[in-house]
Amino acid sequence: MPSKFEGLPREMIAMRAAKEVKDGDYVNLGIGIPTLISDWIEGRDIILQSEIGMLKTGPIAFGEDVDQDLINASCQPVTQVPGTAYFDIFESFSMVRGGYMDVIVLGALQVSEKGDLAGWANPARGLDCVGNIGGSMDLCAGAKKLIVTMEHTTRDGQPKLVNELAFPATASGVVNMVFTDLAVIEVTADGLLLREIYPGLTPEDIQSVTEPKLIIAPDLKEIEL
Amino acid sequence: MDKTYPSPEEAIADVEDGAVIAIPGFFAAGVPRVLLQALIKKGVKNVTLACGCGPLLGAVDELTQLVENKQIKKVIDSYGLFRSMTKGLQDPFEQAVRAGEIELEVYPMGTLAEKYRAGGAGIPAFYTPTGVGSIVEEQVVSNVPSSQAMKKETRIFDGRKYILEYALKTDFAFVHAYEGDREGNLRYRRTAVNFNHVMATAGKVTIAEAENLLEPGDIEPDFVHTPGIYVQRVVKVPRLTFNIGID
Repeated sequence: MPSKFEGLPREMIAMRAAKEVKDGDYVNLGIGIPTLISDWIEGRDIILQSEIGMLKTGPIAFGEDVDQDLINASCQPVTQVPGTAYFDIFESFSMVRGGYMDVIVLGALQVSEKGDLAGWANPARGLDCVGNIGGSMDLCAGAKKLIVTMEHTTRDGQPKLVNELAFPATASGVVNMVFTDLAVIEVTADGLLLREIYPGLTPEDIQSVTEPKLIIAPDLKEIEL
Repeated sequence: MDKTYPSPEEAIADVEDGAVIAIPGFFAAGVPRVLLQALIKKGVKNVTLACGCGPLLGAVDELTQLVENKQIKKVIDSYGLFRSMTKGLQDPFEQAVRAGEIELEVYPMGTLAEKYRAGGAGIPAFYTPTGVGSIVEEQVVSNVPSSQAMKKETRIFDGRKYILEYALKTDFAFVHAYEGDREGNLRYRRTAVNFNHVMATAGKVTIAEAENLLEPGDIEPDFVHTPGIYVQRVVKVPRLTFNIGID
């Protein structure tokens, strides 16, 4: 079954999530949709940390500006800007685990009702027990505020917001907000709170592609870009 | 004191079968590719490559050669597989992992950084919050059952759970520096530092390949990244071109 509803493209999910980051924040963006957020915060007073060992990561480099000794954690060539700092990996993860990042944005394969996150191993790959953890578990361990950006369902229409994780967990009870192509959802102590919705869809539509029972915010509105 | 060697081959001449070698680099940045090429030439078998974040994906020609020569027993890494499943299925390394011919042992990246740091700093083990709530809290993450059987210890401090992880000291560390002087003081460039410094401290014998070989004093003392005490050998290498980007 293909995806049931047409929603925001990936770039627009990133655009909406970018509004959740405040000026003055130190932010780490994971691989995938999170990395696209950097396109929407240029010119704002937000400092991007890249766990390879860089604070104040500049825009993606093109042409003559590409330097093979200057990449971000997604292995894209980037640029330095006034105020950039480089440091080694131990220092980098001291910042991450030590709780200095204001906002962490990660992709996910699944998020549970309780804010558990699965992202490091897809059983469909058929590799028993191993996968790419990268920095994801460290980012979860040190997160003050953890945002997930992802498609609302898998390509064949299965919910990614689930009652219990079926995939290997990255961390438990860490996700605060989820931004998808169809909705903005907050993880609360009472369950998943539906706060914003793609124009033209109803809460029942969102519920039909979401496994846990959604709580509908009294001030539910359309996704604001 | 002069720690320079005339060639990469001579610098790694005493690396034997079964050696555990730290390989720094973060995907394509800061990978000691010339020393890896010397390792291929030397042909030693059953080596363990202790990595940090996918340096072998950044040096995929060298990785493929090492796999084809059956030189690798085990890889330790946080991100050792191609991101794309399709590409992974065609990758000789992933195929060898699937077949159980090579062990892949996986840790969170920050835990690996700390394992090397502790190894270099004389600290046998440490507690970390990273991995709590995942399989990392339960056991060693590996494709090999005997490693999976190694369980982890946890302990509560101030109401929060932490995992006991052990230091990692390696027989050798191959590191890539932008500048190195004859006494082993090193400097790295931009994000190519990544795992190079911590691994230089974790190697019992640390061999540095340097793009620029300098005289003592040429590196401003304020700006030495790795003091020469951690580095036993230095060899001058050309600046190779890397393909940036992984899938």
